[in-house]
Amino acid sequence: MSKTITIDGKIIPFEDGQTIMDAAMAAGVYIPHLCHQPEFTPHGSCKLCTVNVNGRNCSACTFPAMEGQDVLNETEELIEDRKKITQMLFVEGNHFCPSCEKTGNCQLQAVAYHLNMLDNHFPLFYPDREVDASHAEVMIDHNRCIFCTLCVRASHEKDGKDVFAISGRGIHKHLIVNAKSGLLKDTDIDASDQAVHICPTGALLVKRTGYQVPIGERIYDHKQIDQVALAASGSRPVAALQPSMAVGTENIKHGE
Amino acid sequence: MANKIRVATTSLAGCFGCHMSFLDIDERMLQLAEVVEFDRSPITDIEHCTNCDIGLIEGGVCNSENVHVLREFRNNCKILVAVGACAINGGLPAMRNYIPLEECLNEAYLDGIGVENPKIPSDIELPLLLNQVHPIHEIVKIDYYLPGCPPSADVFWKFLTDLIEGREPSLPYELVHYD
Repeated sequence: MSKTITIDGKIIPFEDGQTIMDAAMAAGVYIPHLCHQPEFTPHGSCKLCTVNVNGRNCSACTFPAMEGQDVLNETEELIEDRKKITQMLFVEGNHFCPSCEKTGNCQLQAVAYHLNMLDNHFPLFYPDREVDASHAEVMIDHNRCIFCTLCVRASHEKDGKDVFAISGRGIHKHLIVNAKSGLLKDTDIDASDQAVHICPTGALLVKRTGYQVPIGERIYDHKQIDQVALAASGSRPVAALQPSMAVGTENIKHGE
Repeated sequence: MANKIRVATTSLAGCFGCHMSFLDIDERMLQLAEVVEFDRSPITDIEHCTNCDIGLIEGGVCNSENVHVLREFRNNCKILVAVGACAINGGLPAMRNYIPLEECLNEAYLDGIGVENPKIPSDIELPLLLNQVHPIHEIVKIDYYLPGCPPSADVFWKFLTDLIEGREPSLPYELVHYD
């Protein structure tokens, strides 16, 4: 008998070593996230995947799945918390979708759409941030960086290069590159590096590719991010998988 | 006539693109006109709004006049709506927020390429510019938001028909766009 947790009352199997996020994704349950990608070490920084586990809030991407966990995911309160977190991400940087070439392909925007975020709620911060267009192929627009560290992890774990790091704390936190000049052109980054393509916002872009797909025909223009994320992870929805087994497990649990 | 829903609209620091998109409801405008009458709006030329039910605000706030107009709308509209990216987050005009105002004026009227008779306009009729462009929710309370650059005609239609027919307005996924 495989081990199980429940998410919003639904029985979800897991294996030892899986996080709540891993188990949820595998079972076709979407938990909103931005700093998480299944193939990278979880970071737990964006807090969008906040779920309630047996009465306490924690990050699903870092929290190990354990027998007996009752996880709440799609509650009104958690959805509202996630919307506030997303609004904070928007007002803390400079996210102007109409003038961003990532629009429609942007996960930050797509999560906001998914949460039906219609406003920013908070006062806008308008930080003064730089654009590094020094490299021939790749550019960084620091206005759009949400410090998810996916590029840091991808460069280290997949590209074997360590091009990126996060420096500073609090309001001084910023993305830095591994070059004395501080410029992307003096790093060994390449446009084909995973680090360049993993960015969930428009902070890291490959030059001269932004408008190859017209606005209106992009990834999230017609599909919600939950469908896209689950399809990419190759998950199999539990309900469609073996409904009889799920019911059986529940009966056993109630019988105990 | 007396009990028609009164709607006022204005564009502050906007480009009138949201108004153009509103007009894209096309022939549905006739249906709307049966239950709605327009008060202050670029399409009526009425100068001040009084006792309105719905106020639609396009654009953010970039000068002193914008602040006055926005407050007039808030004081005279039961429901105030932020329409479009600029009203919601400052949008394109807010791109000057990282540059000191004096530098902006110098570039536009003194040092810029192709400037003739360099002089910073100072007519007393001109509203004073604010140091930064602000979204309207930072100035007055906003009841609803219609994102988009511009929001599509269907967004206007969905929102207004929801309100007019007494439903809590909501936008389904396919109508929510920030671009």
